[in-house]
Amino acid sequence: MTEWLSKLGGFLSTEPFRLVVALVAILAFVGANAAYLVWVERKGAGRFQRRPGPTEAGFAGLLQPIADALKLMSKQLLVPPMVDRTLFRAAPLMMMSPALISLAVIPFSDKLVGRNINLGLLMIFAFGSVNVMAIMLGGWSSRNKYAIISSARVVSQNVAYEIPMLLVVITLIMITGTTNLHEIVEQQAGAFWHWNLFRVWVNPLMPVTFLIFFICMLAETNRSPFDMAEAESELVAGAYTEYSGMGFGVFFMAEYANILLGCSLATVLFLGGWHSPIGILPGVVWFLVKMYFLVFTVVWIRWTFPRTQFYGLLNLSWKILIPVSLFTLLLSGAMVKLPRVFGA
Amino acid sequence: MIKLIREIVGGLYSLLVGMRITIGQFFKPTVTVHYPHEALKMPPRFRGHIELVLDPETGKPRCYACKVCEKSCPSDCITVDGVKFEGAKRKSVTIYKLDFTRCSLCGSCVEACRDGAIRFSHDYNMAGLSKEEFVIDLFKKLEDETRAAGGMPFLPPVAAGPAEPAGGGALPGAGGAAQRSRAEGAAVEPNQTEVK
Repeated sequence: MTEWLSKLGGFLSTEPFRLVVALVAILAFVGANAAYLVWVERKGAGRFQRRPGPTEAGFAGLLQPIADALKLMSKQLLVPPMVDRTLFRAAPLMMMSPALISLAVIPFSDKLVGRNINLGLLMIFAFGSVNVMAIMLGGWSSRNKYAIISSARVVSQNVAYEIPMLLVVITLIMITGTTNLHEIVEQQAGAFWHWNLFRVWVNPLMPVTFLIFFICMLAETNRSPFDMAEAESELVAGAYTEYSGMGFGVFFMAEYANILLGCSLATVLFLGGWHSPIGILPGVVWFLVKMYFLVFTVVWIRWTFPRTQFYGLLNLSWKILIPVSLFTLLLSGAMVKLPRVFGA
Repeated sequence: MIKLIREIVGGLYSLLVGMRITIGQFFKPTVTVHYPHEALKMPPRFRGHIELVLDPETGKPRCYACKVCEKSCPSDCITVDGVKFEGAKRKSVTIYKLDFTRCSLCGSCVEACRDGAIRFSHDYNMAGLSKEEFVIDLFKKLEDETRAAGGMPFLPPVAAGPAEPAGGGALPGAGGAAQRSRAEGAAVEPNQTEVK
């Protein structure tokens, strides 16, 4: 039996099959998470407001996402008249696929990674930018004034937040010296003070860079308090206003897939990936614990802070985050280079 | 510069304070009433639709069909009728129809009643599919409720017959649907636990 299993394992890890297995696993993981993060969000929203959240569909409302999906699927997929049909249809897919592609390079544990490539980090950011374009195209092709306002907001917001995020990531790349995510996690092996978050002897502002990364991640995924793209109380449903049924559903799932990706990336870059702080349990468990803690924090933040004003949002990025991240970049550059210049 | 840094750090601290407060709420018990399964207990002075009061001594309604309530009703939504049984001193109510679609819950009837034979009920679970469901025969309702609780029927079986045509013509189609929906309602309600 074990021999048979190891043979099967060996067979599946040969090249073309490994790819298919990774693809299916990622699709399943993203699908299940996108569905159940909605449940987490609603349950969390309920708890933060001292109410029980969904309780009727299944135990503790666990069947609620399935009920929601069935409802969305039973709705007519409308394309409004005189819109750009191709772009209108393509936008949800363009939002969903980058998150799926990017998860292929996220190392869930030492072995559990879709494809360990050297430019993993770069690839994630390359595909991450498509996300913005998808919302923009979705809003723009909807031929709806709210959707267009939302598109304009999304573009300026994402341009503003991409800069500090990339500056922070460049800081990190300067410290780690690689864009291979597996190697970045390997460098954080050992006790928890080896995590990039706490490596203050490399750069005293490491916790600040994590904070900037997290804030930018919230803004990039259009999460509250930066949910300008889908400002329900101002813009109907923002860029998604004209989408019905599963068109909207895919946008919604993609939003959660992007949160998942952002939290995974934060875990890999700052929280030591699969490394356990106390040395028990397999790595993948620790990875998921850290990631879901960040996901919970995202929900927690959403139900704590009101939406920022648009000027406040841009001011935060251009006046605070970008200067601070530039400063950390310079500081870590100096701290990496100066010891080499002055002997030692 | 120092001022700016202090502002940023202070702002960040205030955000953390906010997050600490919400996580504190997160672990506290919920405060909402889980409505279809639980229901709020109405305060004593809640004004629902009116209902007949049962006399605990006789096990019958206190009402003796004096019709003061009928006359006092500004919306003309009460129809009362009664018969005088042999040997009884007063009439007994046999029909008490309330057209709740017209009732404004002004309470004139309750005020006018000399013997406290009607009062406001605490029933607020009133929903129906047709207008007719809200023409309620309060006499029948009370009788059904008393019987469900193990009491005796209010009218001797023969006496119920002749009383029927007296008021039955006034409100066609009344009662039947209302009684059914009330009865169903009574079957559902025991599942609810009352919450203060």
